[in-house]
Amino acid sequence: MQVGLHHYLTVSILLFSLGLLGVIMRRNLLVIYMSLELMLNAANLALVSFSRFNDKLDGQVLVFFIITVAAAEVAVGLALIVALYRKRQSAHVEDLTSMKL
Amino acid sequence: MEAINNLISQGAVQDVLFWVFAALTLICAILVIANPFSRSPVTSAMFLVLTIISMAGLFVLLHAFFLAAVQILVYAGAVMVLFLFVIMLLDLKEEQRRKIKLFGLVTGLIAVGGIVSVFLKALASAGNGTDAPKLEGETYALGKLLFTQYTLPFEIVSVLLLVAMVGVILLSKRKLE
Repeated sequence: MQVGLHHYLTVSILLFSLGLLGVIMRRNLLVIYMSLELMLNAANLALVSFSRFNDKLDGQVLVFFIITVAAAEVAVGLALIVALYRKRQSAHVEDLTSMKL
Repeated sequence: MEAINNLISQGAVQDVLFWVFAALTLICAILVIANPFSRSPVTSAMFLVLTIISMAGLFVLLHAFFLAAVQILVYAGAVMVLFLFVIMLLDLKEEQRRKIKLFGLVTGLIAVGGIVSVFLKALASAGNGTDAPKLEGETYALGKLLFTQYTLPFEIVSVLLLVAMVGVILLSKRKLE
């Protein structure tokens, strides 16, 4: 059987649900952040495969922008995590339930 | 030799490579979120690097060569180095095994099940589109599109990067005034 759009989309769906499960199940702030990256990558894979099988490059341009925004988001998010860790000495979500520092 | 050339022209090699890279991506993703041997965030980060690299392989199979290169340079290079840097800076201990709350588990599984069922419904209505596309995602074509049709988003993204840079510098100052 020839590999087509369905196969790539199935991989993307599985990757996205794995990322979602990671966000829900894990308790470490950094691992949750890595699972978010996994979900972004799943979206990228779906966009690239749509672009390939529709013969249009626009999907790949969108993925280019997503990668850029993800890099900026990771930098800001990690700076926030470091600032939070300095105040609370913990990166465990169950120790970070109150909003007041 | 003749047989090998026939196999390549029929795309059988690409299909085998697809299954290899897809399996590698999914196995490494499972090991990122649930590793039975280690709970350390460093192990998760290393498996995330492997996931990203095998996904770059999938991009190459989709003829998105520029994006495969960018994926490895930006994600596996810059982003993951940042992650590892922060993990080592914070000197995190292994995540303790705390009891997972039943309520959280049930709601999480319901959320995942709902999203997956929506996706599967969309997948069933999509065509498979296997009739050999001719698109090439090389740097020239992508750059041309980026600097003609998508110039404004490109400039906005550059401003966004500047804002992120200023924000990070402000956040990581010892005292916020």
